[in-house]
Amino acid sequence: MAASDYPVDLSQAMRMDPVPPGDWLIVAPLLITILGGALCLMTRKNTDAQPKVAIIFLTLLVLACAGLLARVLDKGVLTMVAGNWLPPFGIAFTVDAMGATLALVSSIVALAAAVFGINDIDKSGRRYGFYPFLLLLMTGVCGAFLTGDIFNLYVWFEVLLISSFGMLVLGNERAQLDGAVKYALLNIVATTLFLIATGLLYGILGTLNMADIARKAAAGGFEGPLMTVAVLYFLAFAMKAAAFPVNFWLPASYHTPRIVVAALFAGLLTKVGVYALLRIFGVLLPDARLMLSDLIAVVAIATMLTGVIGALAQTDLRRLLGFLVISGIGSMLAGLAIGTAPAMAGAIFYAVHSILVMTALYMAAGVMRALGGSYSMRELGGLYRASPVLAAVFLMLAFAVSGLPPFSGFWPKVLLVDAALQDGHGWIAGAILLTGLLTTIAVGRVWIYAFWRGGAEGTADGQLTATLVVPDEVRGPGVWLPIGLLLGLVVLIGLQPEFMMQVAQRGALTLVEPLGYLRSVFGDTVQ
Amino acid sequence: MEPAFAILIGLFFSVAVYLLMSRQLVRVLLGVAIFGNAVNLLIFTSGRLLREVPPVIPAALQVPDVTIANPLPQALILTAIVISFSFFAFLLVLAYRAYQELGTDNVVEMRVAEPTGETAPPQGY
Repeated sequence: MAASDYPVDLSQAMRMDPVPPGDWLIVAPLLITILGGALCLMTRKNTDAQPKVAIIFLTLLVLACAGLLARVLDKGVLTMVAGNWLPPFGIAFTVDAMGATLALVSSIVALAAAVFGINDIDKSGRRYGFYPFLLLLMTGVCGAFLTGDIFNLYVWFEVLLISSFGMLVLGNERAQLDGAVKYALLNIVATTLFLIATGLLYGILGTLNMADIARKAAAGGFEGPLMTVAVLYFLAFAMKAAAFPVNFWLPASYHTPRIVVAALFAGLLTKVGVYALLRIFGVLLPDARLMLSDLIAVVAIATMLTGVIGALAQTDLRRLLGFLVISGIGSMLAGLAIGTAPAMAGAIFYAVHSILVMTALYMAAGVMRALGGSYSMRELGGLYRASPVLAAVFLMLAFAVSGLPPFSGFWPKVLLVDAALQDGHGWIAGAILLTGLLTTIAVGRVWIYAFWRGGAEGTADGQLTATLVVPDEVRGPGVWLPIGLLLGLVVLIGLQPEFMMQVAQRGALTLVEPLGYLRSVFGDTVQ
Repeated sequence: MEPAFAILIGLFFSVAVYLLMSRQLVRVLLGVAIFGNAVNLLIFTSGRLLREVPPVIPAALQVPDVTIANPLPQALILTAIVISFSFFAFLLVLAYRAYQELGTDNVVEMRVAEPTGETAPPQGY
């Protein structure tokens, strides 16, 4: 349609000013990962080229996400709308400090996984699409962190879910198929619940744009129906985030895939659920969060404690780590339950910490399996002699996951405990500290069994019976670079937490005071 | 029209939930399929039902002059149908492979990943 045919004032319908070049960074993570995924798919049979293509594109992704975070910190919340249609009609991508930070950390973890996969994923795994799935999984993860439209969020959840299915069954083993059945069914039920809530929300408010939902929900008049929607969202994303009592798919499936896949899932997938909870209960439906805060607190504490008690009862190292993933989710939910700006900052900071440290722990477990020949704590032993470096790495990660200084887990716990005490939730603070103690015991036991004693169960004190051969598969930079990168970040954040603290506080401020978010979408006139 | 649809959707959901709680994997899959369609109907009804006036704006106008049918739910449902269809296809293959490998379609008997009667972790040091 030529402009002259109809005298139309397009400024009523579209943004007429061109998008600033820097704002293209908002969609750059999606473009990079889709393009990289397509290229990897085309080179599916060239198993040597695939890791290179993936690493190049994931490096680009890390750079794009870093640029995006820098721009968000510089200019505040950024919005880009599909086709330049004025919101709420165009699908909006709205990025705040929380979304950009989580996207950056996730892309770093994905890059580490791509490098670790060079050794861990064999030719058949590559041919069945580990690298295309990895890149498309990142499309879903980044899309979920960056979108400003609730239906679009559903689509990104499905993108990451279908990619995760593909990665979960790589290898086609019996245990994998068993785990995948439970993982797939329960996650599909969770996303369908999410879609039900979204359909109802659309029926109530007539919009899908997150900022528009926040505006219309705040205007009042629909408290009852919105409460129903809020509870549905809470159930759906609690399932996604593996919160008690809807978390049993996680320990049933996370120990079955290749260790690099488990590492990636443990780092990223549950945190996307936590992100959605923070976004929805922070920006979209804050009144519902206020009413649900006691329920969220109970769920949070139950998740922390059942997670870590489950970890204490495990013999298999991977299943133990799976329960620790769940336990960490409880701490993030505690931040949501308290709901003040410092508590939300604690939750965001904890998510960053958990993404890094859980991935690194799973990778370290993979190396321990290669050295000791088993994931069972009964059979491992004497690994200190085989690799003192690994013993040190695991000990540092164990301290980090328990929340001991000077590692990254300490600061978010300080934020959360302080926020809980200031807001009069002493019991939440107590639960967080108790969880930290029990986590220390759980991972400390692993270290004593696997590294400190001389051999498998039954070895006499002071004797060394373990065979100390370092197999080829754990030599070389493909294994140590990614673990070193993640551990380096864990130590760096632990020693220099100011930057991450500021970023988390910026993100939390958008959640508690979403005016900047609304203005980014609708312009500066919004009150 | 909406109340009738609401009752129908409720019926769909109850059938789906009943099937999802079954122990036979095939029945669970049927439950998933009905669950997905119940949601599609729910979105359709959420957009309010009005079928008489098609959502086409006359050439001379900028905005429709009468209340028209809501085109957005159809776009949403189309997306949801494509996604749920592909998921269902994957689930069918997964269930068949699981049946081949595990020798059962009863989810209670699927204990390969989490064997029953596991021993406690080592107690002493």
